Amino acid sequence: MIVRLSEFDNCFYVGREHKSPPLTNKMMEMEPQSAPTPKKHSKKPKYSKFSQQELPAWKPILTPGWVIATFTVVGIVFIPVGLASLFSSESVEEASIRYDDQCLTEMHSENAVEFIQNGLTNKTCTTSWIVERRMQAPIFIYYQLDNYYQNHRRYVKSRNDKQLMNPASEGDTTNCYPQDKTNDSMPIVPCGLMAWSLFNDTYRFSVNTNSLAVNKKDISWGSDRSSKFGSKVYPKNFQVGGVVGGAKLDENIPLSQQEDLIVWMRTAALPSFRKLYGKIETNLEVNDEVEIVIENNYNTYEFGGKKRLILSTSTWIGGKNPFLGMAYLFVGGVSLVCAIVFILLYVIKPRPLGDPSYLSWNKNPGLLK
Amino acid sequence: MRSGRRKRKLHLSKLYSFTCCRASSFEDELYSQIGGRGYSRVVLCNEHGGNLESEVVRDYADNSVRSTKYTPATFLPKSLFEQFRRVANFYFLVTGILAFTKLAPFNAASAIFPLIIVVGATMVKEGIEDWRRKKQDIEVNNRRVKVHKGDGNFEYTEWKNLRVGNIVKVEKDEFFPADLLLLSSSYEDAVCYVETMNLDGETNLKLKQGLEITSSLHGNLSFQKFRATVKCEDPNANLYSFVGSLEFGDQKYPLSPQQLLLRDSKLRNTDYIFGAVIFTGHDTKVIQNSTDPPSKRSRIERKMDRVIYFLFCILFLMAFVGSIFFYILTKDDLQGGSMKRWYLRPDDTTVFFDPKRPAAAAAFHCLTALMLYGFFIPISLYVSIEIVKVLQSIFINQDIHMYYEQADKPANARTSNLNEELGQVDTILSDKTGTLTCNSMEFVKCSIAGVAYGRGITEVEKAMGKRKGSPLNHEQVIGSEPNSINESSNGKASIKGFNFIDERIMNGNWVNEPHADVIRRFFRLLAICHTAIPEMDEDTGNVSYEAESPDEAAFVIAAREIGFEFCKRTQTSVSTFELDPVSGKKVERVYKLLNVLEFNSSRKRMSVIVEDEEGKIFLLCKGADSVMFERIAKNGREFQDKTMEHVHDYADAGLRTLILAYRELDVEEYKEFRNKFSKAKNLVCADQERQIEKISNKIERNLILLGATAVEDKLQNGVPDCIDKLAQAGIKIWVLTGDKMETAINIGFACSLLRQGMKQIIIHLESPEIKALEKDGDKLAIIKASRQSVLQQISEGAAQLTAYRGSSQQAFALIIDGKSLVYALDDNIKNMFLELAIRCASVICCRSSPKQKALVTRLVKSGTRKTTLAIGDGANDVGMLQEADIGVGISGVEGMQAVMSSDIAIAQFRYLDRLLLVHGHWCYRRISSMICYFFYKNITFGFTLFLYEVYASFSGEPAYNDWLLSIYNVFFSSLPVIALGVFDQDVSARYCLKFPLLYQEGVQNVLFSWRRILSWMLNGFISAIIIFFFCTKAMELQAFDSEGRTAGRDILGATMYTCVVWVVNLQIALAISYFTMIQHIFIWGSIAFWYIFLLVYGAMSPHFSTNAYQVFAETLAPSPMYWIVTFFVVISTLIPYFSYSAIQMRFFPMFHEIVQWIRYEGKTKDPEYCHMVRQRSLRPTTVGSTARLAAMANDRRDRTTINRR
Repeated sequence: MIVRLSEFDNCFYVGREHKSPPLTNKMMEMEPQSAPTPKKHSKKPKYSKFSQQELPAWKPILTPGWVIATFTVVGIVFIPVGLASLFSSESVEEASIRYDDQCLTEMHSENAVEFIQNGLTNKTCTTSWIVERRMQAPIFIYYQLDNYYQNHRRYVKSRNDKQLMNPASEGDTTNCYPQDKTNDSMPIVPCGLMAWSLFNDTYRFSVNTNSLAVNKKDISWGSDRSSKFGSKVYPKNFQVGGVVGGAKLDENIPLSQQEDLIVWMRTAALPSFRKLYGKIETNLEVNDEVEIVIENNYNTYEFGGKKRLILSTSTWIGGKNPFLGMAYLFVGGVSLVCAIVFILLYVIKPRPLGDPSYLSWNKNPGLLK
Repeated sequence: MRSGRRKRKLHLSKLYSFTCCRASSFEDELYSQIGGRGYSRVVLCNEHGGNLESEVVRDYADNSVRSTKYTPATFLPKSLFEQFRRVANFYFLVTGILAFTKLAPFNAASAIFPLIIVVGATMVKEGIEDWRRKKQDIEVNNRRVKVHKGDGNFEYTEWKNLRVGNIVKVEKDEFFPADLLLLSSSYEDAVCYVETMNLDGETNLKLKQGLEITSSLHGNLSFQKFRATVKCEDPNANLYSFVGSLEFGDQKYPLSPQQLLLRDSKLRNTDYIFGAVIFTGHDTKVIQNSTDPPSKRSRIERKMDRVIYFLFCILFLMAFVGSIFFYILTKDDLQGGSMKRWYLRPDDTTVFFDPKRPAAAAAFHCLTALMLYGFFIPISLYVSIEIVKVLQSIFINQDIHMYYEQADKPANARTSNLNEELGQVDTILSDKTGTLTCNSMEFVKCSIAGVAYGRGITEVEKAMGKRKGSPLNHEQVIGSEPNSINESSNGKASIKGFNFIDERIMNGNWVNEPHADVIRRFFRLLAICHTAIPEMDEDTGNVSYEAESPDEAAFVIAAREIGFEFCKRTQTSVSTFELDPVSGKKVERVYKLLNVLEFNSSRKRMSVIVEDEEGKIFLLCKGADSVMFERIAKNGREFQDKTMEHVHDYADAGLRTLILAYRELDVEEYKEFRNKFSKAKNLVCADQERQIEKISNKIERNLILLGATAVEDKLQNGVPDCIDKLAQAGIKIWVLTGDKMETAINIGFACSLLRQGMKQIIIHLESPEIKALEKDGDKLAIIKASRQSVLQQISEGAAQLTAYRGSSQQAFALIIDGKSLVYALDDNIKNMFLELAIRCASVICCRSSPKQKALVTRLVKSGTRKTTLAIGDGANDVGMLQEADIGVGISGVEGMQAVMSSDIAIAQFRYLDRLLLVHGHWCYRRISSMICYFFYKNITFGFTLFLYEVYASFSGEPAYNDWLLSIYNVFFSSLPVIALGVFDQDVSARYCLKFPLLYQEGVQNVLFSWRRILSWMLNGFISAIIIFFFCTKAMELQAFDSEGRTAGRDILGATMYTCVVWVVNLQIALAISYFTMIQHIFIWGSIAFWYIFLLVYGAMSPHFSTNAYQVFAETLAPSPMYWIVTFFVVISTLIPYFSYSAIQMRFFPMFHEIVQWIRYEGKTKDPEYCHMVRQRSLRPTTVGSTARLAAMANDRRDRTTINRR
């Protein structure tokens, strides 16, 4: 609004406040309360602890007591937990056999890629391993791949959940390119790079010439079997023609029972990963000699990945990984040290109470001039 | 009978100063334009329905008004457009659209969903606000007014149905529904009184008068046959001009603003008027005038924008780095026909991953990455801030300590976007009257015929007495100040506006005084020379007055109390009851009111010309001393010296003075004046004012001095205390007032803005040389000399300051008057002036015009680049309020203008300390912590995504499930932040006021400095790194549970996400030190909600939940690994921050932390200790009573040491 300025610089009105008519004009935004009859109810704010921001509150500050207590408690809790984790982790027996290089015969060591891609070469290789400590069943068999990007976006997206679950959506191969259709335009089930690149090395075990049964049941998560892979969906046109990626699937077994596929398709988070291959249900005693026959089919040579075969037991905390226990111990230890340091600090250098010379603007008085 | 009346009226209107324009001026240039461009409006009065001619009228706007921003049709596009003007929102819109392409790292719905929530919430808010406006519009449009329906029938109709040309009847105390042409009123001569408070904030009544030709249209029936045509200017925004002509019968009559009744003003003191609708709806002048107030944004928000741009930079950098790696890796995949990562089929791929075109793939990847790392930008930040600010405003409005019982007015934060700015105010520019001082004037003293009367002691005198009194009882004095004010107003409580005690002239005793006739003239003048209107209370017979200004009311009341009761005003006369001292009876005297020479700020005086019952013509004049003494006749200077002395004393005591003088005119002289005056009055051009002034100037000469009046302008309750608090908080206070220097200085003393021993640097142009030049009248020379003088005074002041720099105890005050300010605000000098002013402890600008107030505000704002707050209550402060970073309006008694242009309205100045030191401090702290925290939580989350990319060959695959990603900001981390923004308190209100220096945290902006922002961001990066590495290392390869299954992407993602949710929520718990139930519920609730959500989401069909299907119920919850990893990662992540803040709290506490310590250690009751802390916080040159006390103590100490020596 253009304002005409009051002629008197200080022009006031005596005794108007009680008489002044209610402001009802609303041309411009005004006080919202200007009801036609403002006198009827007082505009006095109601008192409540909430509206006056006086709610009872817990106002902790980081006093020496709190700080020391916190660090001590963290230390006291962390160290036992760390010890327990570490102990459990150490109780796990684990054997790791790298075989991608071992299974290359001398003549192929120079041209590994050719070797692996050639369907005619014999890829069976045998290795043996002597049990150092007793392994309690179940003994889990893993294969471990390194430098394998199952978490690549192209790879992760290259599947079709509908097709995997629902036999009616057989033709739905969205996202699966280039492994969506065969050359004669038949839909591939299961489609996509992920299924196509299914790991296809196999292992056979024998102890003292008795072959060991490998249990491949229940190596995947139950929800995957029940809700993600259909029990009426059968592999079709899988790994036929074109470039063959990995393992072939038995077309008579529904996807929900193809546990190798299910495990493989639960993608790994990081480029080094283990996946469960199967379980050995018998104990392995010390000095048992385990002979392992490996079909070294899977091509990791091309991208420089490593392959390992892992035999491991498990405990409540899972497999063998001392990191967590060590980290717990480390952080717990650091906390205790912190607690001690703080105790010393508070003893040696008591705070000059309320010394405002710490205030940033007092340090630099020029600011306030 | 009829002709007789007309005759009389003719006669009177010749005499009356408001005589309407006569036909003679009709040939005036302006009027010749009617019908031409810009003057094309044609109004056919009283033509309704079916008339052919009304087609001309048809296309004028109807009388409904719309103040809403949107209509139902435009709401969607317009408000969406508003929303996406924000960079962040626009960014999210673009990424949302891109999410529908193949580029997206996640599914489109999850990307667009949070945006919809955020934009939707803001739009709902807009919609509600607009709906409120709509309701107001409906209310206004449906008000009812009587309108002529033909055949003399007037019926009620809604305002919105009014059409141009309608005849309406408006009754007493009703608003005018449109701009009306005044035809006739309940008064014979078609005058009416109008209150224009809603237009200009002035509370005085204005007189409007219809044309003589239409003034006889009295009864309803007389409109049966009435037809007229008005031709006038097109709608425009000028409230004070109107050009048009009325064709009535065969004659044309000119129209002026005098006949125009503006919409939104109100009919007062008149039973009814008839008017013709000229401008309707949006054509009315008041609506043409309404512009949106300047939209203000707070400093923090502006800085926040910069931080967001900074985050965008990081975002682009990360995307760019990622794309480079992606380029290298993708290119590597295919080397001369042999594939590397064959499982990705680089030989047969889309452009996004094509190793043959790695550059294109990288470019596309960059877009993907921008989408993925978008979590760096807190999408819900703006909407959260808006919610928080609205809630904060509600708290401000609800504060019972800022509620003013007497006026029933709570504080009212009219805009919520400046809350935190309240915590950063560096300089307060305050109006004086009505803000620092009460709106009430009391007649306390007068000097008549050189004798001083009046024994009342003013507040300022009391204050001065205290100042001079013993310093020991000072504390007590300060404490008792508000009480004494109450006492004086309540104790006597006799007559408002009158605090005059002197038995010499009261109760008729004045007849015995030596100059009884002068005294009689004196009070008679007070009773006649004014523009007040008496209002008789019919029950009690008491008379009250409506006056233009409270001093004027005080005069009339004083005259009444002495025995000269002004009782009646008509158009042409003023009647008084005079107490005849001889008989003791009341005698009615009627004075013919011949002319009123109105007051304005340049004339600084007003006069009336009256004819008394004996036929003598008098000119009665009252005005400021500066203009009056030079108009005194040689033979009228009998008491001049004495009076001047008294005036000086009064001014010293903080009183406003006016000089009263009169003059008898002989008939010839008056006739000559009258002719000239009415001629000048009839001019319609801009020259009119100057002409009138010239003529008035001529007659207001050779006056005979009667005496002077002194009126007290009372300090408001609690003002000195409040100023003291603000000063202790390190806020500079400038007073900008229209008062004269002496009054201003006195008020300064009363408010402790000035104190004894403070060096006053006074800049003025009252030096003899300049005065001499002024007499010569050479304007150029005056300007030159004045500028020179101001410049010199400023540099002298600066030199003084520099000289005293060594001894820090010396405080300076700068006092400058309006005249000098004109030059001091010149482009060349203003920086020097500002520099000088900043170095002074207090600054008082007196005699400043409203425009100067605004200019000074702008100078301080732009010169210091600090936050300025202007506080004022009157229409003359509007410029200042709008110019300042924050305008605080006092919702006092002087109209609504200041409040309407303010950002926050409070009822009393004394609430300012609470508003700033408590609410301002809290809001500043809340908002800045909240924003920092927002950045922290988003960086923590966003950076884990980036780190994961490093391990996913930068392919753009997110670590978390799509929907989890998108609702992070909306569900798992928003409520605790909002609780932080609304409820957090570092220290309670009591301590905020007890340790005002806390406020400096805001002024110095320590809580939102780049250092702090970057520290929080760094904290975010550290948290992200710790979470990511600990989680991945702990779950890397080995079996995840005793069943031997390993952790896939789903499990690692969910575990990391759990850690992030825990960490950011515990981080906020660590950062705040104020836990009510609300905080507990929000913080722990957010964490609990994460688990609940994970359960519910995991239970949905895998088609929707994808890899989060059953992830918690089946895999995470049964695994001890998950729980101990979470526990470990969460605690470890918080340890760095915890250690940092423990050290900082103990060894480098900020001021609020010191206060927290004091509270914690229970030392608040230890006065010495508190004093010590507070003392440290005092700056040596501060103002306010505490500082004054300290200065006195210093003085004493110095003196005793000298004595000892």
